[in-house]
Amino acid sequence: MTEGFHRPQTEMIPNRAAPASSVGIVGWVRTNLLSSWVNVGLTLIGFYLIWLIVPPLLMWAFFDATYIGTDRFACEDRVGACWVFLDQRFAQFLYGFYPSEQTWRVNIALIMLIPALAPLLFDKMPGGKYLRWFSLAYPFIATFLLIGGFGLEEIPTNKFGGFMLNITVGLAGIFLSLPVGILLALGRRSQLPFVRIFCIGFIEVFRGVPLITMMFTAAMLLPLFLPPQMSLDLVVRVIVVVTAFASAYMAEVIRGGLAAIDRGQYEAAQALGLSYWKSMLLIILPQALKYSIPGIVNTFIALFKDTTLVIVIGLFDILNIGRSMVANPDWLGLGIETYAIIALSFFTVCFSISRYSLSLERRLDTSR
Amino acid sequence: MTDTSAMTDTSEADAIIKIRGLNKWFGVLHVLRDIDLSVAPREKIVICGPSGSGKSTLIRCINRLEHHQQGSIVVDGTELSNDLKNIDSVRREVGMVFQSFNLFPHLTVLENCTLAPIWVRKIPKEEAERTAMEYLTKVKIPEQANKYPGQMSGGQQQRVAIARSLCMRPNIMLFDEPTSALDPEMIKEVLDVMVDLAESGMTMLVVTHEMGFAQQVADRVIFMDAGQIVEENTPKEFFENPKSDRTKLFLSQIL
Repeated sequence: MTEGFHRPQTEMIPNRAAPASSVGIVGWVRTNLLSSWVNVGLTLIGFYLIWLIVPPLLMWAFFDATYIGTDRFACEDRVGACWVFLDQRFAQFLYGFYPSEQTWRVNIALIMLIPALAPLLFDKMPGGKYLRWFSLAYPFIATFLLIGGFGLEEIPTNKFGGFMLNITVGLAGIFLSLPVGILLALGRRSQLPFVRIFCIGFIEVFRGVPLITMMFTAAMLLPLFLPPQMSLDLVVRVIVVVTAFASAYMAEVIRGGLAAIDRGQYEAAQALGLSYWKSMLLIILPQALKYSIPGIVNTFIALFKDTTLVIVIGLFDILNIGRSMVANPDWLGLGIETYAIIALSFFTVCFSISRYSLSLERRLDTSR
Repeated sequence: MTDTSAMTDTSEADAIIKIRGLNKWFGVLHVLRDIDLSVAPREKIVICGPSGSGKSTLIRCINRLEHHQQGSIVVDGTELSNDLKNIDSVRREVGMVFQSFNLFPHLTVLENCTLAPIWVRKIPKEEAERTAMEYLTKVKIPEQANKYPGQMSGGQQQRVAIARSLCMRPNIMLFDEPTSALDPEMIKEVLDVMVDLAESGMTMLVVTHEMGFAQQVADRVIFMDAGQIVEENTPKEFFENPKSDRTKLFLSQIL
């Protein structure tokens, strides 16, 4: 034992490959599925459950399903799902009562959304500088396209409906609630008592009242607060209410992010001579918002799903369209298919938002 | 002692920092008591003392990270008061290095160094980057310019923090225990940079326990205890011939 105890290690030990059983597919299967007898048992039960659920579901949804027809009677002798209504009512699910010869305007607005969002979502975009101006202009372009005026046929917002209504209210709410939430969060920490009290009051009031109550209030009470010659559009009122509601939550989420920032960051910014707003915009908020991403995305997703609550004030979003279709004798008994499609529409959007936020978190992680 | 007072008197006329009758409280806690201090241009002062003695608070008053309740602080002809314009102009002239570096983790090293020159001094980006690279070379890490602070060692981060302050071209540099958060093998690389800076003629106020640095660089060592300046002297006199019992006790504990 003593021999070699003092022997200096003169050569570096070279890198050796990790054992084959701990890496690659084999390693993954071993550690995750077969690491113990209990695990082997659980794996077998898991596969059995998958076999029990997935094939019948696929049979029902796709292989035994009826796709073509004019009403539910096309599916009389069906075993699987009845997707006939999709063929017949697809436009209504998307556009509500928007005049069918004008739906191209909605489509264009939707297509233009892609270049408008791209420079906000992704860092390195070819021509990103100019696209950013387009992003700023987009809300106005979209509003013009959807509502009309200036030569385009005017379409009142009570014709808005279907998934387009959910997306309109959801997007407007998302893009308004973030800046409002940031201002409220900063205001809540302000040294100025008036600003602080206003922000705390706003947050507590809008967080403490159910959204449905506010929807009713917006539909019936809000006009009372405005001068009589100013009648505010119902959809605009809904957007205002949804934004106020989401901003209150957003403010608290961002306050959490602000609290996570070390005091030294403020001091370093001050010591370099940065003013309050510059240090907030350049130093504090970029970090606080990064910490708040999971909470912000949570709020976005909740907001988007809450757009279905417009049902209570008589607007026909995708859920209300589906609900009234199922009640129609032509389409009786298609509840599962209808609600499955509606659920899938929301899930697709929300899941995309969630995946994007994960990739954003990875990109902003500068510790590696 | 005569030596010290003479030094203070000669620097009085053209002092770059003049502190008179400074008193500060945190709530009811009296943390700075009747501080008088003049700093001549290009002078290097090391401030030491036990923890809680008010040494950090004192230098933090000089760029108004802390505000004082009594007395006056005049930095380069500008008196610090609640006037925000004065605070801004003093902060532009005074750089500060913190114990915990306080680099901005979401920005690269280069961006850390150019942010304030671009947004506060309104210097064009290319020029700010050129200046930044110059100072990063001086602190011996130009090759790390595009890394993020989280990817660097503590010693490297602290050197970046020094470069970041220097990019504002300050006349005065404040150091608040710059090596206290560092592993022993990294202390030297930071102290070397600070010695270089001292030799270039920068006015420096350094709160530190690195007595070797004090002996090598300082023109004057100040010992604080319980919010007061207990003793100030040249490093040689201070270490070899301390006057007060509290200084003797402190030196016996750290040397």
